Amino acid sequence: MAQNIIHLVNVSKNYNGTEALRNINLYIRKNEFLTLLGPSGCGKTTTLRIIGGFEEPDSGEVLFNGVNITSVPPYKRKVNTVFQKYALFPHLDVFENIAFGLKIKKMDKKLIAEKVHNILELVNLSGYERREIDSLSGGQQQRVAIARALVNEPEVLLLDEPLGALDLKLRQEMQIELKNMQQRLGITFVYVTHDQEEALSMSDTIVVMKEGTIQQIGTPTDIYNEPKNPFVADFIGESNIVSGIMLRDYFVQFAGATFDCVDRGFEENEPVDVVIRPEDIQVVSPAESKLQGEVIAVTFKGVHYEMIVQNNSTRWKIQSTSMAPVGSKVGLQILPDAIHIMKRVTAK
Amino acid sequence: MKSKWLSFPYLVWMLIFIFIPLLLVLYFSLTIRTPDGLVFSFDNFRRFFEPIYLKVFLRSVYLALISTVICLALGYPMAMILAGNNFKRKNVMVFLFVVPMWMNFLLRTYAWMTLLERQGLLNTFLTFLGLPPLNLLYTQEAVVLGMVYNFLPFMVLPIYSVLRKIDRQLIEAAADLGADQMTIFRRVIFPLSLPGVMSGITMVFMPAVTTFVISRLLGGGQFTLIGNLIEQQFLFVGDWHFGSAISMVMMVIILLSMGVLSRYDKEHEGGGLW
Repeated sequence: MAQNIIHLVNVSKNYNGTEALRNINLYIRKNEFLTLLGPSGCGKTTTLRIIGGFEEPDSGEVLFNGVNITSVPPYKRKVNTVFQKYALFPHLDVFENIAFGLKIKKMDKKLIAEKVHNILELVNLSGYERREIDSLSGGQQQRVAIARALVNEPEVLLLDEPLGALDLKLRQEMQIELKNMQQRLGITFVYVTHDQEEALSMSDTIVVMKEGTIQQIGTPTDIYNEPKNPFVADFIGESNIVSGIMLRDYFVQFAGATFDCVDRGFEENEPVDVVIRPEDIQVVSPAESKLQGEVIAVTFKGVHYEMIVQNNSTRWKIQSTSMAPVGSKVGLQILPDAIHIMKRVTAK
Repeated sequence: MKSKWLSFPYLVWMLIFIFIPLLLVLYFSLTIRTPDGLVFSFDNFRRFFEPIYLKVFLRSVYLALISTVICLALGYPMAMILAGNNFKRKNVMVFLFVVPMWMNFLLRTYAWMTLLERQGLLNTFLTFLGLPPLNLLYTQEAVVLGMVYNFLPFMVLPIYSVLRKIDRQLIEAAADLGADQMTIFRRVIFPLSLPGVMSGITMVFMPAVTTFVISRLLGGGQFTLIGNLIEQQFLFVGDWHFGSAISMVMMVIILLSMGVLSRYDKEHEGGGLW
């Protein structure tokens, strides 16, 4: 079993009376790539800042390798941060930026030069030592920021939406590079993002957050295939969420029809939320299916078509590689394991 | 080409009020009055380097330097406190700091005279305590005090505005990389505030080195500064030629020192000239 390097215990934080974090409990295992995912204002950045030492929680504890570091200032922590807007020192060149932390540790000059050289190689910026920061592109600045943090050989690297300012292509490249670096260096990464795709493709563990609470913790596959509640289902990927009634174990009724499903353990006739991924719905001929509808919109998305099918009062979003023209009547086939049943959350 | 026309009035203004007067000063400085009329000569400049005048010049630079250093030593911490994040009544403080500058410069300096003179407020207080009165007015220290008092805001404000613009994340980044408070100041905050420091130094040193009011009122005419020398040449001696020459020398020296200073001012945010 991998060991827990960071453990947040009952951490809460308020800003001027607003609850930013409510009773967060979270383990971060050694060498894992953990992503805090959620919409803005969900508390993911606050969680990161508490780990980094820039905020102190109102209550609760932060354990680092089992030691309480709740009140330890950032400069004494064995974590380093890659900031959202890079926060590179504008008065220093690339070399001096990266060497900043090493010089504070009073490391030998030769060793510093060697380490900076090696880390620049790692982030593909060899030969950039003497470049000024404002002469670099956004992607290059990003790499310098990562190098500046990594050169200190932290046990945990914190990344606060580090790719947010980059364009799509560069972002995808950097995602792969970051993941490679993490695996090669064996450093624990704690990554904050609001981009579910980024989270799914890079993480070992995803923590989905909403309004200062953790909604679900799991591997990307778990989170995508077995979302715990409609919020997670909706936030991770696209979903059709309809209300239904759990007639009895393995039988659910929604959209005017009864379906077999794989869920059980609900009360008889309990109202539930039914979540179905758009790619899990097959378009068949109307006669073959319990659900019929009319195609009202078709959008070509490159890899697939996205169709909107109206069935009575429900609109279904469907992703498929084959296409039915607008206005045609179709049947919708949903297999039992594509149906995710969730306990109805009472609206607050 | 519209912009060309728009700049026209300013060009005329500059020609009449800057360029021509400068030429006149240059003309006067390079001529002397002889019985045969005006003659071209470097005599005025030669005279400036006579020991008696050189001493005045050195004293001016010396007092101005001291005042600048004191202003920096007082002004930088002041600016840091003002720019500090946890300082609630920031605007009130900045306001209070600027208010005296709205009052007439002469009035402020006269006020110091009534404080420092033999029967002034300070000495009355000392006598009241049974202490012997001090000779405060008409000393070098009084002149320096006057300079510091009058020019301190010019040091604080540019440093304050630069400090306030420093990104909080840079400070967090430095802390993240292992820097304690002192190191953060030394390696991040101070280097980033240098443009403000440079323009503060410029804005204090320049008026301090050329002042003649402060030295006359608080120095009682005992400490002739370069400004007083120029004033005397024009108003009392009537030697416009020598006066112009001193002015020219001062101008060149100030230009040179500005040039040196702005070399350190990479960002060109301050009051550097080039």
